[in-house]
Amino acid sequence: MADLTAFFAMGGHGGYVWPAYGLAVLVLVVLLVASIRAVRKQERDLETIQSLRPARRRRTSVNQGEQA
Amino acid sequence: MHRFANPARFLRIAAIVQPWAMAVAVLSFAAGLWFSLLASPADYQQGETVRIMYIHVPSAWMGMFCYTAMAVFSAMGLIWKHPLADLMARATAPVGAAFTLICLVTGSLWGKPMWGTWWVWDARLTSMLILFFLYLGYMALADAFDDPERGQKAANILALVGVVNVPVIKWSVDWWNTLHQPASVVKMGGPAIDASMMVPLILMALAFKAYWVVVLILRTRAEIAAAKLRTLRMAQVHAAGQTEVELHG
Repeated sequence: MADLTAFFAMGGHGGYVWPAYGLAVLVLVVLLVASIRAVRKQERDLETIQSLRPARRRRTSVNQGEQA
Repeated sequence: MHRFANPARFLRIAAIVQPWAMAVAVLSFAAGLWFSLLASPADYQQGETVRIMYIHVPSAWMGMFCYTAMAVFSAMGLIWKHPLADLMARATAPVGAAFTLICLVTGSLWGKPMWGTWWVWDARLTSMLILFFLYLGYMALADAFDDPERGQKAANILALVGVVNVPVIKWSVDWWNTLHQPASVVKMGGPAIDASMMVPLILMALAFKAYWVVVLILRTRAEIAAAKLRTLRMAQVHAAGQTEVELHG
C-alpha cells in the first residue's frame, strides 16, 4: 500500500507527471476513435451509394440482401 | 513511387500492414509505459519528473517527423498531381498536430517544477508553437474552399513553405541562447543518457511511430472513400441534370 502511494506521489511531482501521461493518452485515444468512426461512416456510405447504382449492380435482390 | 499512387493498391497494402502496425503499437505502448513509469530510475537532478520526458521527447520527434512527411506528400501532390499523396498529407496533419500539442503541454508540465515557469518565449518553445499553428492552418485551409482541389493546393503550398520551420526547431537550441537543453539523444559522439532511460524513450518512440501508421491508414481509407463518394454523387447530379434536359428539351 505504501508502495502504491509512493508510486502515485512520484516524489512529490505526481501533480505534473500524471496529467502529462493522462493528456497524452486522452489526445491519442480521441484521435484514434475519431479516425475509426470516420472510416466506418465513409466506407458504409460508399457501400450504400454503390449498391443503389443500377449500372453496377442489380437494384432489387442485392440491395435487399445487404439490408437484411 | 508511382506504383504506390494507386488507391486500390494502397488499400491492398494497407490491409496487410494495418494489423502488424496495431500489434507493434499495442506491444510497444505496454512495454513503454512499464519501463517509463516503473522499471526506470528517477533522475539525479530531475527526480521523478524525468518520466515526463518519455512522452515529451518522442512526441516532439513525431511533431517534426509528421510535418516532414506531410510536406513530402504535399510536394508529391503538387508536382505529380497524385491524389493519393494529397490524401495522405491530409491524413497525417491531425496526427502531427496531436503530437505537437502533447509535446507543448507535457513540456509545460515539466517546466513548471524544473524551470519554475510554465512557458518562456524562447526559440525552441516558440518554434514548436509555430509548428502547431502550421498544422492548424494546413487543416483549416484544406477544407476552406467549396472546390476541394483548390483548398488542397493552397494547403499543400502552406505545408511546403512551413517546412522551413522544421530545421529551425531542430537547431534552435544551438543557434540561440535558450532555456531548453540541447539534444542529448541524437548527437555527435553518441547519446548522453543512460541505457535505463534510453529503453523507455525508444519504446515510446516506436509506439508513437506505429500509432501514426495505424491512424494514417485509417484516415487515408476514410479520405479515399470520401473522394469516391464525391465522384459518384457528382455523376448522379450530372446524370439527373441530363435527364432533366432531355425531358424539358
